[in-house]
Amino acid sequence: MTKNRNNQRKHTILLSGLAVGMLGFAFALVPLYAIFCEVTGINGKTYAQEIDDAPAVLQVSEREVTIQFLGQVGRGMPWEFRPMDTQLKVRLGEINLTSYYARNRATQAVTGQAVPSVSPFYASNYLHKIECFCFTQQLLEAGEEQQMSLRFYIDEDLPEEIKTLSLSYALFEVPELEVASLTLTNNLQ
Amino acid sequence: MTVTAGHNIPNRSPLMAFLSRWLLTTNHKEIGTLYMWLSFVLFFIAGAMAMVIRMELFQPGIQFAEPLLYNQMVTMHGLIMVFGVVMPGFVGLANWQLPLMIGAPDMALPRLNNFSFWILPFAFTLLISTLFMEGGAPNFGWTFYAPLSTTYGPPSTDVFIFGVHLMGISSVLGAINIIVTIFNLRVEGMTLMKMPLFVWTWLITAFLLVMVMPVLAGAVTMILTDRHFDTSFFAAAGGGDPVLFQHVFWFFGHPEVYILILPGFGIASQIIPTFARKKLFGYHSMVYATASIAILSFVVWGHHMFTTGMPLIAELFVMYATMLIAVPTGVKVFNWVATMWRGSITFETPMLFALGFVILFTIGGFSGLMLALVPADFQYHDTFFVVAHFHYVLYPGAIFGIMSAVYYWLPKWTGNMYDERLGKIHFWTAIIAINMTFFPMHFLGLAGMPRRIVDYSLQFADFNMVASFGAGMLGLTQVLFLYIVIKTIRGGKKATGRVWEGAEGLEWTLASPAPLHTFETPPKFPTPEEDYPRD
Repeated sequence: MTKNRNNQRKHTILLSGLAVGMLGFAFALVPLYAIFCEVTGINGKTYAQEIDDAPAVLQVSEREVTIQFLGQVGRGMPWEFRPMDTQLKVRLGEINLTSYYARNRATQAVTGQAVPSVSPFYASNYLHKIECFCFTQQLLEAGEEQQMSLRFYIDEDLPEEIKTLSLSYALFEVPELEVASLTLTNNLQ
Repeated sequence: MTVTAGHNIPNRSPLMAFLSRWLLTTNHKEIGTLYMWLSFVLFFIAGAMAMVIRMELFQPGIQFAEPLLYNQMVTMHGLIMVFGVVMPGFVGLANWQLPLMIGAPDMALPRLNNFSFWILPFAFTLLISTLFMEGGAPNFGWTFYAPLSTTYGPPSTDVFIFGVHLMGISSVLGAINIIVTIFNLRVEGMTLMKMPLFVWTWLITAFLLVMVMPVLAGAVTMILTDRHFDTSFFAAAGGGDPVLFQHVFWFFGHPEVYILILPGFGIASQIIPTFARKKLFGYHSMVYATASIAILSFVVWGHHMFTTGMPLIAELFVMYATMLIAVPTGVKVFNWVATMWRGSITFETPMLFALGFVILFTIGGFSGLMLALVPADFQYHDTFFVVAHFHYVLYPGAIFGIMSAVYYWLPKWTGNMYDERLGKIHFWTAIIAINMTFFPMHFLGLAGMPRRIVDYSLQFADFNMVASFGAGMLGLTQVLFLYIVIKTIRGGKKATGRVWEGAEGLEWTLASPAPLHTFETPPKFPTPEEDYPRD
C-alpha cells in the first residue's frame, strides 16, 4: 500500500499544481488578449504609431475618404470634450492635422486619458497617428481649457470598400493612485 | 437510520455528540449526506427567488418587486442554483457513490473532504447575507459583467467576491479528491475502461473543475482589484477593456455548463441500462463522447459573445466548433435510445426521470444549436429564448439527473423503498409544470422579450401568465419531493441489497442501508464472464 500512498501524494501535488497554474493562466489572459487585439486590430483599438515608424516620404494618392471624429466623456468625468472638426475629407497618404477641444469644468485639477476606437474595426490598422493627445495622460487645472492636437495619415492600402471611417475618443478620468505612481516614476527618471 | 458514529465518545451531551459527529466526520457517506442536504436547502431558497421573479412577471407592469429587487432575485437565483444546488448536489452523489462503485473504503483524502464541505455553508451564508446589506445584494446577473460589477456594483459585491472564492476553493479541493480517489482506490481488476459511467463522467468533470474554477477565481480577483486597488483590468480609462472580462468569464463559464451536465449524463447511463435490463449500448463511445465534449468546451466560449463585435472569422470558428459538440452529444442520446431498444423496460420513478432527462435535454440541445448560429444569435441574444434554452438543459438536465439519482440510490442509502405512487405523481406533475413554465419562453424570446428586465410589453402577457402558473406548480412539486425523501428516511418497505432487478455494480453487492464503513477489505471485481454476486 505504500506505493499507493506515494501515488496519491504525487497525484494530489500534480493536481494542485494544475489548479495554481490555471489561476496564473487567468491572469496571463490579460496580456495575451492585449497582444491579440494589437496584432489583429480587433475592437477597433489603434495603437501608438511613433513618428519614426512613418516613412520619410509618403505617397499621396488620389483616393479620398471621409473621416468622422467623435468624442465622449466617461461617467463622472467633469470635462467638456468635443472634436473641433466633426468630419474631414482626406486623401490617403496625406498628413492631416485636427484637434479636440477640452475644458476642465471641475474646481480641481483632473487628469484624463482618451481611449480611441475606430469603426469599422478592420480600418484601425490603416489609421496611423503621428501625434495624438491620447498617447499620454492630459492634466488640466481647474477651469483650464486646451486644444489638443491630432496628426494622422491614412494608409494607402486601406481596403477599397471603406469610404467613410470614424474615429471615436472616450475620455476617462485617471484614478488618482495611477497619476501619483506615474508622477513618481517620471520624477525618478 | 440506525447508523452510529464511528468515533463516539461517551459522557457527551446529545447535542455535542450530534455536532461533533457532523462537523468532524471524515466518512464519505456522511459527507455525501451533508452535501445533499445543503443542496436541497439551497434548492428551496433559490426556488423561492424564482417564485418572486415569476410572480413579478405574472402581469405586465411592476407589482411586487421593484427593479432593484428583481435584479437581485435574478442574480441570486442564478448564483445559488449553479454553485449551491447543482454543483453540491453532484458532489454529494459523488461522495456517496464513487467509493461504493469502485470498491474503495472511503475517499482518498477524507479530512480534505470534510474541509471542502464545511467551507460551503459559510460561503452561502455570506452570499445570502448580502440580501440584507445596505445597497442590496449583487444585482448584475450571475455573469457579473464589468463594468456592472466594478463601477456600478453595490458594496455587497465584495462579499459576493469572497463567497465565490470560498466556493471555488471548495470545488477545486473536492475535485482533486475525486480524481485522486478514482486513480488510486479502484478495486483490483477495474481498469479505467471498466469503470461505471458515473465514475467516468465524474472523473472528466473533476478535471474540468480543477482547470476552470481557478480562472473564475482570477476573474473575481481582477474585479476586486479594479474596485478597490485602482487597477484597470476592465476599465478603459487605464488601458483595460470590459470585453476582456467576458473572455475571462466565459473561458470559465462554458466548461462550467458541462460541469453542470456531465455527471447527469453519467447518472442516465447508470439508470437506463438498469430498467431496460440490458447492458449499456456503446460503452466505449460514451466515454470518448464525454471526453470530446469536455475538450471542445474549452474552445467555444466565444458563442456567448457573438454580439460584442468579434471578427467574422472568430465567429465562424466558434460557431462550427459549437455545432461540432452536437456530434458527441448525439452519440450519447443515440446510445441511450439504443440501450432501451428491445429491452424489457419498466417505468419506475428513477427511469421516468432519466427518460424525462433524455427527451427534454435533447430539446434544450436543439435550441442550443439554434443559438450557436451566428446570424440567428443576433436575434436571440439576451432574449427569453436564451432563458428557455438554459432552463431546458439545466432543469430537466442537471436537476432531473440529481432527482433520478436520488430515487435510484435512496433505497441503498436509507434501506427503505420510497413511495412509488408518490414518486410517479412527482414526476408527472414536474414534467407538465416544467414544460408549462419554460416552453412558452421560447415564443416570448423569438417575439423579442428581453431577459433580466422587470417589466414587459403587453403582447407578452399571456405566455408570461402561463409560465408563471407553471412555475408555481413546479415549486409545489418539489415540496412533494421533500416529503417523499423524508418519508423514505423515516420508514417504508425494506429494500433488498440489490434493490433493482436489473442493477449491476459493486454498490448493489452491499446490504441496504449501506453500513457506515464498507469495503474495508476490497471486494472481488467480477470478470466479464462472471456476474456480480447476488444476495
